[in-house]
Amino acid sequence: MTLLHPKTDAAGQRSPRAGRSALSSLPALSGRSLLGLLLPLLLLAGWQLAASAGIYSTAQLPPPSEVLSALTELIRRGELWHHLAISTQRVLIGFTAGSVLGLALGGLVGLSRTASAALSPTIQAIRAVPSLAWVPLLLLWLGIGETPKIVLVAIGAFFPVYTTVSAALAHIDPHLIEVGRAYGRSGLPLLSTILFPAATPAILSGLRLGLAQGWLFLVAAELIASSMGLGFLLIDSQNTGRTDIMLLAIILLALLGKLSDTILGQAENRLLAHRR
Amino acid sequence: MGKLPRMSAVPLTISGVGKDFTASGRRHAVLADVDLDVAAGEVVALLGPSGCGKSTLLRLAGGLDTPSAGTVLVDGSPVRGFEPRCAVVFQEPRLLPWRTIERNVAYGLPRGTTGERARTEVAHWLSVVGLADFARHRPRQVSGGMAQRAALARALARRPGVLLLDEPFAALDALTRLRMQDLLAEVQREAGTTVLLVTHDVDEALHLADRVVLLGASAPGKPASVRLIQPVPGDRPRDRGDAELAALRVTLLAELGVQTPVSPVKKESLI
Repeated sequence: MTLLHPKTDAAGQRSPRAGRSALSSLPALSGRSLLGLLLPLLLLAGWQLAASAGIYSTAQLPPPSEVLSALTELIRRGELWHHLAISTQRVLIGFTAGSVLGLALGGLVGLSRTASAALSPTIQAIRAVPSLAWVPLLLLWLGIGETPKIVLVAIGAFFPVYTTVSAALAHIDPHLIEVGRAYGRSGLPLLSTILFPAATPAILSGLRLGLAQGWLFLVAAELIASSMGLGFLLIDSQNTGRTDIMLLAIILLALLGKLSDTILGQAENRLLAHRR
Repeated sequence: MGKLPRMSAVPLTISGVGKDFTASGRRHAVLADVDLDVAAGEVVALLGPSGCGKSTLLRLAGGLDTPSAGTVLVDGSPVRGFEPRCAVVFQEPRLLPWRTIERNVAYGLPRGTTGERARTEVAHWLSVVGLADFARHRPRQVSGGMAQRAALARALARRPGVLLLDEPFAALDALTRLRMQDLLAEVQREAGTTVLLVTHDVDEALHLADRVVLLGASAPGKPASVRLIQPVPGDRPRDRGDAELAALRVTLLAELGVQTPVSPVKKESLI
């Protein structure tokens, strides 16, 4: 928890910047990108319709307006930001740790056949373990603080990054590698002038997949042992029968996941723009 | 074309070279007992049917592969892995797609060429191959011929003692190929570099080379060796319609087994 405050500030600064860049690109929005808003609006209308038709009880399916009032209630009580901030913080730290490790091990396995032979069977076996299977062990070893949750997110982010990076580096066009060698590059210069640039698109999409899986594992962690965060909000709303908060938590997870993916996606576009 | 700095052209000596490959557990000899001397500043074309080991020999000269037997000397000392005194132009341009044309050419600069000097050299080679206006383009934005010119500029930027060209124009359309041949002839004349050119195009060999070396196997399934060394008469630039070259063309094509032995009259009609 002591980690929370400085990070809240960082998150608080980050979101307006993302909002500004989204706004600045608004005039450029074409009809096709507005098309993506159509389905959410339809879903919203369908939800309202289903709720007012009385097919389900309000306890099972509260109308959108109730979810909105649950949102204002949580904002007024000041709880929402804490839940959002702690979840975001866990994802950011866990994702950073997991993807750095994924880059390092993926790089090693992708570049060295010996390392691949020695490591990849074990890593693949560990990868096959479902996320929830880690939870009891992590709780036993690491207690119920922040560490086990961050570790679980890191495990989730690690594998997509590891897999894409190792595959991308192992499958770089041998012709380009030969050009690098024929023009006097080996070792680190070869890595920085040929291997890494050639693998960059795959590395970036691996990072995006890792981030998405980080959010997935976050909820798994928070559902089981936490007193804060969006996963906690889900399980707590189930225990207290607050379906409105449950739906709110789901919507917030969707929005946060999309927002973080969009930020990475824009970074990816900027980095790869000149290749298209 | 502006004044080009002379390359320090060096001789290439190939003696008793053989190369075996192991495929599915069986050793297969591609080249055996290849002897070839290329003088400093000379242009030698390696001609032969496809799969005869021309490209393999070129790769051995550039240190991209190591010979199973014999020695390859550049300027009297053995070729090392990825020989720094050689520069290779491959059949495909093999430009780095994430770099601009000028940064691709800069990739060929010798180690330690930086700053203003590097910029001047790159600009120079770009103008030599006629790509000055395309310096900031990406490889994907230019034609195949332009990409191959950039690859040639990258190789020249290395200031190689020996320039190794592996069917560099084979993938280009006929007209572009002729223009590239003229460009290469001009660049070679100005820069004076030693050139080993692998080609399956008899006309290309006769247009560009001081000597044409025919590689081939003595019998099917045997490793290839030097079958014929044919000096090409006349100074470059050469007339593509020269009668003496036309006669040589018939001889070389016959050596390549393009036509079955026929009467001299029929032979003439095939030209």
